[in-house]
Amino acid sequence: MSPALRRRVLRDSLTVGATTGAYGVSFGALSAVSGLSVAQTCALSLLLFSGGSQFALVGILGSGGSPAAAVTTSTLLAARNGLYAVRLAPLLRLTGWRRLLGAHIVLDESTAMALAQPRPDAARFAFRVTGVAVFLLWNLMTLLGALGADALGDPRQYGLDAAGPAAFIGLVAPRLRGRDPWLVAGAAAVLAAGVAPFVPAGVPVLVAAGVALAVGLRR
Amino acid sequence: MTWVAVLVSAAAGYLLRLAGLCLPARWVSGERSRRVAELLPVALLAALVVIQTVVGGDGRLVVDARLAGVAAAVLAVAARAPFLLVVFLAASTTALVRALS
Repeated sequence: MSPALRRRVLRDSLTVGATTGAYGVSFGALSAVSGLSVAQTCALSLLLFSGGSQFALVGILGSGGSPAAAVTTSTLLAARNGLYAVRLAPLLRLTGWRRLLGAHIVLDESTAMALAQPRPDAARFAFRVTGVAVFLLWNLMTLLGALGADALGDPRQYGLDAAGPAAFIGLVAPRLRGRDPWLVAGAAAVLAAGVAPFVPAGVPVLVAAGVALAVGLRR
Repeated sequence: MTWVAVLVSAAAGYLLRLAGLCLPARWVSGERSRRVAELLPVALLAALVVIQTVVGGDGRLVVDARLAGVAAAVLAVAARAPFLLVVFLAASTTALVRALS
């Protein structure tokens, strides 16, 4: 890897890490107003460390859903990290403790940065820098968000109950490219709203996951 | 129970990542598993948006100030606003509508 390439990868990875990590503050705040303690909120960012899964878990728990529904939705959202890991494995070739640590920083951002590089050594460097940068900032901002929200008082007064769905819109928007994602999003939304009066909180989201299976598995 | 949910989801999330690094690529490289992996987050996130915007505690549809905030978020995303601004605009629009009504 030339010094110029190394510098460019470092700059790009740190930029992505900083911008992604920054919105840990919205997770921290949302988790705290959903009724999780500061310690539980920080444990999620340290241990689960996957934005979509974390927002979903606290959203479902906060709206009265069962822990089982919350964990299932969170885990379905985390499944994509497993598939990213499959794609990254031959590129990263991690073994031993490096594999155990590296697994924890397999994310949307570190995967995208690694796969965007022209050479394997640059890909490994981009993966590491992006993953660690997101991890550090995401956790710091989560703590600040949780402490800030605890100090605020009634979250509805600040419209924070709209922050969750807004975060989900921000997360889903980049994935809406082409006909199938739009079809799935529309059908999942209608189905979830349609079954909501008849099933316990948290379950409509799982029912909607069936739409992705139906569209994804057809020939 | 919240701690159990936190720790179980964290363990499941980590094991999925680790399994991905350990599995032979040919097990999961099919066109269909790739498509499901791409569409699953779309379905879950779209459902979560609707549930948290227009569904009340009893599961019935309700229209309140949240809807105005989410509409603001949609406009902000369409205008390519950064993530934090999207969330901020949604919350402040909802707060404003609530204060005025």
